[in-house]
Amino acid sequence: MSTSTVPPHVRLANDVAVQFAHRPLEVAAAAVATHMRDFWEPRMTRALLAHVAAGGDALDPVAVRAAQLLGPAAS
Amino acid sequence: MTLLKEPDFGTPAREGAATVELTVDGVPVMVPPGTSVMRAAKHAGVDVPKLCATDSLEAFGSCRLCVVEIDGARGTPASCTTPVAPGMVVRTQTERLGKLRRGVMELYISDHPLDCLTCSANGDCELQDMAGVTGLREVRYGSGVEAGANHMDAPTDTSNPYFDFDASKCIACSRCVRACDEVQGTLALTIEGRGFDSKVAAGAGVSFMESDCVSCGACVQACPTATLQEKSVVQLGMPTRSVVTTCAYCGVGCSFKAELRGDELVRMVPYKDGGANEGHSCVKGRFAFGYASHPDRVLSPMLRESIADPWREVSWEEAIGFTARRLREIQAEHGPGSIGAITSSRTTNEEVYVVQKMVRAVFGNNNVDTCARVCHSPTGYGLKQTFGTSAGTQDFKSVAKADVIMVIGANPTDGHPVFASRMKRRLRQGAKLIVIDPRRIDLVRSPHIEATHHLQLAPGTNVAVVNAMAHVIVTEGLVDRAFVQERCEDVAAWEAFIAGPEHSPEAVEEITGVPAAEVRAAARLYAEAGNGAIYYGLGVTEHSQGSTMVMGMANLAMATGNIGRDGVGINPLRGQNNVQGACDMGSFPHELPGYRHVSDDGARDVYEQLWGTPLLDEPGLRIPNMFDSAIDGSFRALFVQGEDIAQSDPNTQHVHAALAALDLVVVQDLFENETAKFAHVLLPGTSFLEKDGTFTNAERRINRVRPVMAPKTGKQEWQIICEIAQAMGYPMHYDSSAQIMDEIALTTPTFAGVSFAHLDRVGSVQWPCNEASPGGTPIMHQDEFVRGKGRFVETVYVPTRERSTRKFPLILTTGRILSQYNVGAQTRRTANVAWHPEDILELHPHDGEVRGINDGDMVTLSSRVGRTTLRAVLAERMPVGVCYTTFHHPVTGANVITTDNSDWATNCPEYKVTAVQVALSPEQAAVREDLAQQPVATAGD
Ligand code: SF4
Ligand code: SF4
Ligand code: SF4
Ligand code: FES
Repeated sequence: MSTSTVPPHVRLANDVAVQFAHRPLEVAAAAVATHMRDFWEPRMTRALLAHVAAGGDALDPVAVRAAQLLGPAAS
Repeated sequence: MTLLKEPDFGTPAREGAATVELTVDGVPVMVPPGTSVMRAAKHAGVDVPKLCATDSLEAFGSCRLCVVEIDGARGTPASCTTPVAPGMVVRTQTERLGKLRRGVMELYISDHPLDCLTCSANGDCELQDMAGVTGLREVRYGSGVEAGANHMDAPTDTSNPYFDFDASKCIACSRCVRACDEVQGTLALTIEGRGFDSKVAAGAGVSFMESDCVSCGACVQACPTATLQEKSVVQLGMPTRSVVTTCAYCGVGCSFKAELRGDELVRMVPYKDGGANEGHSCVKGRFAFGYASHPDRVLSPMLRESIADPWREVSWEEAIGFTARRLREIQAEHGPGSIGAITSSRTTNEEVYVVQKMVRAVFGNNNVDTCARVCHSPTGYGLKQTFGTSAGTQDFKSVAKADVIMVIGANPTDGHPVFASRMKRRLRQGAKLIVIDPRRIDLVRSPHIEATHHLQLAPGTNVAVVNAMAHVIVTEGLVDRAFVQERCEDVAAWEAFIAGPEHSPEAVEEITGVPAAEVRAAARLYAEAGNGAIYYGLGVTEHSQGSTMVMGMANLAMATGNIGRDGVGINPLRGQNNVQGACDMGSFPHELPGYRHVSDDGARDVYEQLWGTPLLDEPGLRIPNMFDSAIDGSFRALFVQGEDIAQSDPNTQHVHAALAALDLVVVQDLFENETAKFAHVLLPGTSFLEKDGTFTNAERRINRVRPVMAPKTGKQEWQIICEIAQAMGYPMHYDSSAQIMDEIALTTPTFAGVSFAHLDRVGSVQWPCNEASPGGTPIMHQDEFVRGKGRFVETVYVPTRERSTRKFPLILTTGRILSQYNVGAQTRRTANVAWHPEDILELHPHDGEVRGINDGDMVTLSSRVGRTTLRAVLAERMPVGVCYTTFHHPVTGANVITTDNSDWATNCPEYKVTAVQVALSPEQAAVREDLAQQPVATAGD
């Protein structure tokens, strides 16, 4: 079915994170969070936050930090 | 409207101010220098008789019918080849001229069948007209057989499905040959032989179909006689009225005169005043309109409770009532965000606008997306981030001023043929060409054109290549300092980033496969050749870094100052006719019409006031998210306007599973497409010949689409949307599509000056069209960028997740060809199948050889997600390790193979990179085995 066993929101979060990986963690995380706020439907963001809450398995550290930045607004 | 005949000025217009004054038959006239006497005469209201001249072609001077007398000049010069001079005194009608012209006509007529009354061109033949104009009354040499040697028995070539070539009627004026050379740029025709023996030929001893002809029809249009004639005119007779409208195929957006006889469409003739095409077209727009009256069309609404049931034809009331009730029920049960819609780039701006309005105002969410998601969404993202708006920067004409043209991931001769003809004209004049593409596309080497550099990169390494070019520009001091300092921001940070040694051509050579020296030379050429223009297609966008690549190209243009004037720019070649328009109209889940984010309170307020309902300020689901959410159960109903997502979207299995999981699928389409197999409601759509509205092409040009006939379904598509909205309890009503455009203009600043009345007056307009630029905006970002300063973005190259492996050692990339269009729903239902009856797999002969695959064998193509069978063609133009196919035919289902990898920023699928294996199909292997076991035939058998 899907080409990957990683859930789509995790996969996409990693894809976004890696684009900013050359920047310092906080700067990169802020950029990723802004991107998600602008383009992600809230249920995707919620799924990502739930994933982070459950341990954030297979999630890029930049994406983890971005999710934390999104946390209060997205919940 | 009666039959529209545009005036023919005989020779092309010359640029510049009208500074040369002369008199023609006593009438004074001013024209630009270089204008022909013939054209000047036409401006003075005088028609000079002519046969070999027409204003789409440079003068040739062969027929001598256009002779004139000029005071002080010797003899009787041909007015088509004689340029004007100040103070010239020209006479076009004298006894001597009349005699000369009748003499010329006599010769022509003596070798021409005199069957005017039964000829298909009767009434539309310039030879016939000229016989009248010159007052020809007798033919001294007799006609035909009496006249001795003649061409009257010459055979007719009927091989082309759309037009015939009846050589017996040819007057050897060579207009067709010149049209093919100058207008189309294919150079398929020649005049064979000399003098009396000269005749037109499509290559040496071959028919039109066997020749290089691409069936654009330019020669048919240029032919003054019935020699080259549309089959439809032969069959149906001469049309009697015209309606000016717009092609519904590709993003070039050619204008056409639809020519009818009564209510029957006889032919489509490209419109000279069409801003995008200026009288030219391709095989699809001119000829492939038969699908609109194909018996497969669905004309009545159909319904079924479950997709396992057979369809039931129902009334509009029942279909609309059912749709509205089910949508509301599903929302009641699963929440307001459980439903959504997909708009289509094939429908009009007005139809798209009402669908997104239905989603936002009636569904109460932002779950609206468009098929541009799978093609040009990275263009939207990338150009918005860097320049401030999601659109190409130039008009098509601009290419005529380019000094170096860079074509990246596009194949314009197949995908955007009429624009390609313009581009080729410029290249033949000497502009330099850089092609960046894994395949050796036709443009790399074609008659009189050769790319200076072809960077044949490995699929998926675009960003590495564009960064390497930028690295060269920055480190070799080729940056346009004045431009970047004045017009751009984040310059220093970007320069520091891109100057890093990891971006050098040498550092990435191994990844991209492009020799560093070639990249350096191409970068220097682009930066230094004067006007550098970039044209790109889906080979840029449909990658995991599609958006990054768009920004990388924008960086390149800003760094070299190649933006904001004629001849330069960044130009997406849009796939479908109204991709630009569908995006402009607020089809994206995060944007209201005019690219304003849904979180923009001011923009939302405009609509909330007008629509009388609060709007959601958070982005909705994109198409791939809709599929994922359908599978996880939170998304339950989908309205699909004119798109065949089951065939066109990647990873077919995943898409099918998602569609099957939905409680309600409503499809609005011309045909029962693949997606309709998952639908509960099928609402018949209208063809472009029935629509009343506008399309916006790749140069932001808003063109009118005028109804050529009444809707075969009894309703315009936007009416159906309004009725669904009303049945859902929201009052939505328009009297006409013009009224919808008025609402668009009222609410969208870039469209403020647009109305049907305005378009009918001026023909077409390029947005922004408002108080600041009432005449529209052919070239954007001239004094400042839409966002103020152009922003440099650091574009890190991140390799795609999709890699070739031992199991899947080849990389598959996809595309389309000239005669077919996308999923083929339209073109497969026309005679265009003569050119592309099946999808084929192109691969390099070496890759074929190591697999025991011969040219023409059936092969199995498999990836990690699926497999399909198709025919292989061995092609040197493919690089080793890369294969290519189209997706025009559902039987092949090329998207069974493609994965659900996508662009990081927009989720645009990575169609262009799939790791695959190719093997002889089991059936083919069995045939091979059988053959091997048969006794070998010997010469004696
Ligand atoms: S149809 Fe077009 S390509 Fe073919 S011969 Fe005529 S002008 Fe050339
Ligand atoms: S085919 Fe038509 S256009 Fe071509 S040379 Fe003959 S008459 Fe002229
Ligand atoms: S180039 Fe595009 S718009 Fe023009 S006729 Fe061909 S398909 Fe239609
Ligand atoms: S029209 Fe001028 S020579 Fe033919």
